[in-house]
Amino acid sequence: MEKVVSSARRKFLKRSGSLVIGIPFLPGCLSSTEGARTNVEPLQRDLDPTFVKAWLEILKDGTIRIFTGKMELGQGISVAVAQVAAEELNTDINKVSVRLAETEVTPDEGFTVGSNSIETSAMSIRYAAATAREQLLQLAAKQLKVTASDLHVKDGMVYQKGGKTISFYMLLDGKQLDVALNRKAKIKPKNQRQWVGKPIPRKELELMVRGEQVFIQDLRFEGMVHARIVRPASYHATLKKVNEDALRIAVPGIHKLVVNGSFIGLIAADEYDAVKGQAYLKKNTQWSVKHQLRVGESLQQQIEALPNEQESAIEKGNAFQPSKETIKATYFKPYIMHGSIGPSCALAIFKDGKLTIWSHSQGVYPLRKAISALVGLTDEQVHIKGVPGAGCYGHNGADDVAADVAILAMAYPGKHIRLQWSRSDEHGWEPFGSAMIMSLQAKLNSVGKISDWYGEIWSDTHTARPRAASNLLAAQYLSEPLTPQPPGWKGGSYRNAAPYYHIPNVNIDIRSFKGPLRTSALRSLGAYANIFALESFMDELAEKAGKDPVTFRIMNSTDERSVAVLERLRDITSKDTLSDGEGVGYGFTRYGNGAAYCSVAAKLTVTVNGEIKLRKLWAVIDAGEVINLDGLKNQTEGGMIQAASWTLKEAVKYDETHVTSLNWNSYPILRFTEIPEVHVTVIDRPSEQPVGAGEAAQGPTAAAIANAVYQASGKRIRSLPIPKIPS
Amino acid sequence: MKETISIRVNGRQHNIQVDDAKTPLLYILRNQLALNGPKFGCGQGQCSACLILLDGQPVSSCMIPASTAAGKEIVTIEGLAKDKNLHPVQEAFVEHQAAQCGYCLNGMVIAAVAILSEDPDPGEEVINQGMQRVLCRCGVHNRVKKAIDTAAKSLSR
Repeated sequence: MEKVVSSARRKFLKRSGSLVIGIPFLPGCLSSTEGARTNVEPLQRDLDPTFVKAWLEILKDGTIRIFTGKMELGQGISVAVAQVAAEELNTDINKVSVRLAETEVTPDEGFTVGSNSIETSAMSIRYAAATAREQLLQLAAKQLKVTASDLHVKDGMVYQKGGKTISFYMLLDGKQLDVALNRKAKIKPKNQRQWVGKPIPRKELELMVRGEQVFIQDLRFEGMVHARIVRPASYHATLKKVNEDALRIAVPGIHKLVVNGSFIGLIAADEYDAVKGQAYLKKNTQWSVKHQLRVGESLQQQIEALPNEQESAIEKGNAFQPSKETIKATYFKPYIMHGSIGPSCALAIFKDGKLTIWSHSQGVYPLRKAISALVGLTDEQVHIKGVPGAGCYGHNGADDVAADVAILAMAYPGKHIRLQWSRSDEHGWEPFGSAMIMSLQAKLNSVGKISDWYGEIWSDTHTARPRAASNLLAAQYLSEPLTPQPPGWKGGSYRNAAPYYHIPNVNIDIRSFKGPLRTSALRSLGAYANIFALESFMDELAEKAGKDPVTFRIMNSTDERSVAVLERLRDITSKDTLSDGEGVGYGFTRYGNGAAYCSVAAKLTVTVNGEIKLRKLWAVIDAGEVINLDGLKNQTEGGMIQAASWTLKEAVKYDETHVTSLNWNSYPILRFTEIPEVHVTVIDRPSEQPVGAGEAAQGPTAAAIANAVYQASGKRIRSLPIPKIPS
Repeated sequence: MKETISIRVNGRQHNIQVDDAKTPLLYILRNQLALNGPKFGCGQGQCSACLILLDGQPVSSCMIPASTAAGKEIVTIEGLAKDKNLHPVQEAFVEHQAAQCGYCLNGMVIAAVAILSEDPDPGEEVINQGMQRVLCRCGVHNRVKKAIDTAAKSLSR
């Protein structure tokens, strides 16, 4: 095919298929050992997660290899698990490499979701490493005929005081530790820690700024071909006619057109031919559009009119009895999108009865189950290797593109196929965060404390991950279509719907509806909308109670950690002065009512034209024991900026046919000139469990902004987004 | 009917054969020259994930037909480091850990290099205006701004 100058060609061949999946920490050791496996059979590994060897291996060169079943999403999990392992094995972190989620290679840790990778994966790895240290010391004591208390480990070696040394590798005679993971193994005392709690930089940033291979989009294989998908005209359209002959005349470079029911994919050797083929078929394919989406009324009205299934989610204390003292308010949040900067991508090859897939899915094991069922293979015939993509912030197109490429690979075996979704594929077909209505009521007692709370939450599902093949987008459009499973777990809808305050009587009902657009998990699930509503309502109640917003929250709190993040935030913001048209608003959450505590303040200006200029965001966060200080700050800063974008700007638009927010002009997000200053203060609690923090800031940021708008303008905005104040 | 297009990328001359001279430069750089830096983000010039320097100007390589790039000097993020030594802008991004997922990093670094080559001492407004074209979804904008400040100081030393 293309003639390429020789130097570039050599570089190309050298790089082919040798992506480094592990996160190596030494620039010098980036190349072959880890990455070469992209092309060969997976390791034969024992993956029983109750055994140390499922999580770590001692290598000949003195380094430690960690296996996490979680995926790197830009949240920095790779460095966090390396830190805990380096700590317990008393090893230079540069001697720890990390392998990310891969079927048959890493333990099955389900999905990388819910900000729980620190609580689950990192804690398993911490105890695996601690168990390994204890076992290695015992083995060394036996071999060196000394007592274990005279020994210590460092950088892959066991040392006797003033005496003998032996490497981990020699001790094990090249084998791996075959012992059960001891959840009671002794952890290194906090005052001796060298890595945990420190802002250890993520070394992959250097690879990124050098333009090295990091992302799935950068994978290349010899003879690889390029694919594109042509999605139907709408969710419920069926294919009437696709003209293959005309396509081949228009774009002669097309190698293969795959049509299965209403699923269309095309393959070309040259990527631009695939792009042109996709554009041609988008224009020239006939669809029968069966159901029209309803427009012309507000989405809120439409949702209220939809059939819904009502059930009680939370009942605490007495049932809610409305009275004339009841305070009420209703809040609304539209559909918003994940909006990954890199559209989803996957590669696959079907060869010798085995389907190998490279995917940035958040759950390689569940995805394997779903895809094997979809294409009619056994689980054993499907191998999925996790490779980082662009940030996803939840269930975006990652799994769907992997299913798409699997279907193409089965129809076009023997070649590596790279499928890149277009921007409009991603914007138009990703599962959005559900639109929601939160109708809240409360009563105050005689001293101004909240006595009764009732919330009614309207929501579509926040959980349509590919636990079954039918949840994969392509499955609905095949000649034998699968119907998506009805949503099971509804916890996402009422995540953080119950206030994390001391209120005697709390009742939450959910009303589950099936809305016009496809939905699934988006960062923090229902918590973003629920906290926006709840914490806006707290300000409304504070005003009724005659208290300032922070004092009102503190007087309704009994958890000292809640009080601590609120008081600290008040101290920090009290140093700031306000000018005309400016206001400061507050929001608080304990994420999921069991994870990180986070308070957020927003300072903004409302101009005479009603425009909102967001100036500053502050957060105080307590995520228990801090594993990586900079990672925690980075996640919280980014969470606030993203939530500010959702709150100020974002709502997915659609017409009678389909989504019309198909690019960054029709779905704008915050850009540099609109970005506020951000300040994050971390309260470290080394004796508390470390908990995930990646989703904590989403809800309180929304409420802080709405409350600041009220402070600045006197206008209470209960419907998102808030692009400006209506005059 | 292949056409040969001569482009200069990171100081090296390449004669590229293409079927279609309108092929966006992005695909040439990624698929024929095996460069990873410029990323596909939108294909519509809206996000700057694919940013490169074309005769010193920051442009979205997804919008530049290969034929237009002929005879011009192209610099990608791969061409910024001098051997092992990172460009001060690259160094500052690593120092400030100015990324989460890192997918937008290419556009961020290239846009920052472009700003600093025009104005060695840009204030916040100049930085914001110059960076306005680059989208980030993880929300690392403030770290990026700090990195550009640091790089400006380091370049003026």
